[in-house]
Amino acid sequence: MDTNTLNVVELCKRYGDVTALDRVSFAVRPGELFGFVGSNGAGKTTAMRIILGVLAADSGEVRVGHAPITPGMRARIGYMPEERGLYPKMAVLDQLVYLAQLHGCSADDAHTRTERWLARMDLRERRHDEVQKLSLGNQQRVQLAAALVHDPDVLVLDEPFSGLDPVAVDVMSAVLREKAAAGVPVVFSSHQLDLVERLCDRVGIIRDGQMVAQGAVDELTSAASSTLRVVAPEAPSGWASHLTGVRVLEEVDSQTVLQLEPSTDEQAVLRAALETGRVTEFSKQRPSLTELFRNVVTEGSQQ
Amino acid sequence: MSATGPDTAGQGPVRIVALVARREITTRLRTKAFAFGTLAIVAGIAIYVLLINALFSDSETTAIGVSGQATHIASQLEASANELGLEADVTTLASAEQGRSQVDSGELDAAVSGAASDLEVVAESELDERLHAALTGITQQQVLRAALAQAGVDDPDAVLGEANAAELDVTTLEPADPEEGQRLAVGAIMAFLLFFGISTYGAYVAQGVVEEKSSRVVEILLAAVRPWQLLLGKVAGLGLVGLIQLVIIAGLGLVMATASGVLTVSDVAYATFAWGVVWYVLGFFLYASVFAGAGSLVSRQEDMQSVVTPVTMILVLGFVVGINVTMADPGGTTAAVMSLVPFFAPMLMPGRIAASDVTGWEIALAAGLTVLMILVLTWLGGKIYRNAVLHMGSRLKLAEALRPSKV
Repeated sequence: MDTNTLNVVELCKRYGDVTALDRVSFAVRPGELFGFVGSNGAGKTTAMRIILGVLAADSGEVRVGHAPITPGMRARIGYMPEERGLYPKMAVLDQLVYLAQLHGCSADDAHTRTERWLARMDLRERRHDEVQKLSLGNQQRVQLAAALVHDPDVLVLDEPFSGLDPVAVDVMSAVLREKAAAGVPVVFSSHQLDLVERLCDRVGIIRDGQMVAQGAVDELTSAASSTLRVVAPEAPSGWASHLTGVRVLEEVDSQTVLQLEPSTDEQAVLRAALETGRVTEFSKQRPSLTELFRNVVTEGSQQ
Repeated sequence: MSATGPDTAGQGPVRIVALVARREITTRLRTKAFAFGTLAIVAGIAIYVLLINALFSDSETTAIGVSGQATHIASQLEASANELGLEADVTTLASAEQGRSQVDSGELDAAVSGAASDLEVVAESELDERLHAALTGITQQQVLRAALAQAGVDDPDAVLGEANAAELDVTTLEPADPEEGQRLAVGAIMAFLLFFGISTYGAYVAQGVVEEKSSRVVEILLAAVRPWQLLLGKVAGLGLVGLIQLVIIAGLGLVMATASGVLTVSDVAYATFAWGVVWYVLGFFLYASVFAGAGSLVSRQEDMQSVVTPVTMILVLGFVVGINVTMADPGGTTAAVMSLVPFFAPMLMPGRIAASDVTGWEIALAAGLTVLMILVLTWLGGKIYRNAVLHMGSRLKLAEALRPSKV
């Protein structure tokens, strides 16, 4: 295992009678973008706060490589909390320099890095303005710069895309890709599943404090039940209902829509269809992450 | 990633605390409140000094006008007033009427007319006690001299001289201290400055804690530094700013008072200054963690008053009651006991040291108790702060904040 891999191992956290996290584990390798999705209150923020040491877990451990995380290592994480916050009456430049120093940068280093990020975020002219005097969009940029100014070894971002305008979403996406390309493990949570699907190498879906699905987006969607559309003009009604691992969703005229269980071989279905005569159309559709997520979450609520 | 960061400055706790403290200091020193506050208090002390100076120089001599038969006693009046410690400037007036109008206009403190045995005195509102005694003495002597002559005594003046020479032999158990007034004033001013400094900068600690909570910046900070580092840095930084202000105010006040001659007990004043600095540090650390713990219970600036007021009330109560008790009788039991209570000692002890003779063991005991209380309160305040500082939303109850597994 790589020495910089962020390992979250069996985290548990209870608030009174509420279980916020129930043996949540995941790993983010260097250079990997890990998307953390789940409904509100599923436990994403709690897990991230435990990684940062802002909250203590009841049990479980956060490791970097094999070693338990230390305060020194935590200072090398770039963190954007769900509740955004900066000193409202402190100038942008002073604020970023201060945060960089708290994260271990020397004074010179902190200034150099701050100037670089101010330029990147197009905030150079506002450097001496108080944060509270900036527009909301610019405040978000300062917030991102605050998470990145110390050139972190790990990025943990809670809803980094929420409240961003489209341009800022592009900047944020580019920054996340860039950091990952530089070998930094990146974890972020988001409700914008199309973004997660586009950006992430792997995702974890959390429901009621439990990690219910985890893996590469491709793996997850191909492992999930997929739908099959078959057009067989000569097939008798109910031709597919006896097939194992197949559920008929819809049968209109010659078109049949089937749902396949993950283990079902679609070639067997094709052979069955061909036995009825001509097959003019046969297409398999993988679910999108959004559909997958909806399925996973609905399964949970049915239990 | 342990040490792969390109930065070398590191995460040493001392460095972190110093960084936090420096932010507090630069932020606070840049505010208008610091400059104007300091200036206002220094100006207040300057005006006070000038006023005292003017009052003292004004009342140095007492202007007395004599008219009519009373002109004969002019020199005698001056002499006996001097004997009683009153510097009298006696002038001769044309008439009793003129005397009355000059007293009325404030040119004279008193106008005397009539025969020596039956003097009439006009004063504005009240007659100086010493002048009253001097005049009464002159009248009584005059009456006595006439009575002696009538009784056939050959040399009434010799008898009077003999009577005057008779003196009481007084042994004082507690010699009056001519400088007591000054010492009390120095003590009172220092007590006020300590009260002002501790309550102002203590409230700033609470305000700073609430500001970090309400702006949510605290979560970013606590992801990088430990709660105790953040709290200690804040307390040390604000404490130092308060100390700087105290030294500026008390130092300038001392220089002004000494230079203008208002203060002649400079050794007492310097000692009080030094004690003031020591007790400020003790008092600030005592209250700072209480203010920090109180502030951490709320998440909004609007709710701050409700948690800070009880702490401020203790300070106000200690100051108001303590200063009155101490000024009335700095050596008394009540003042002594109050100055030993840790919550009040920092405000009252320096004043008592200035105004009366406080034994070394009393100071040591008060300081020892205060240090003990600082340890207890820092532990308690730190625990509350640690548990409550990340709690957002409604005001946290004290008992909830003290529960061990809150966070």
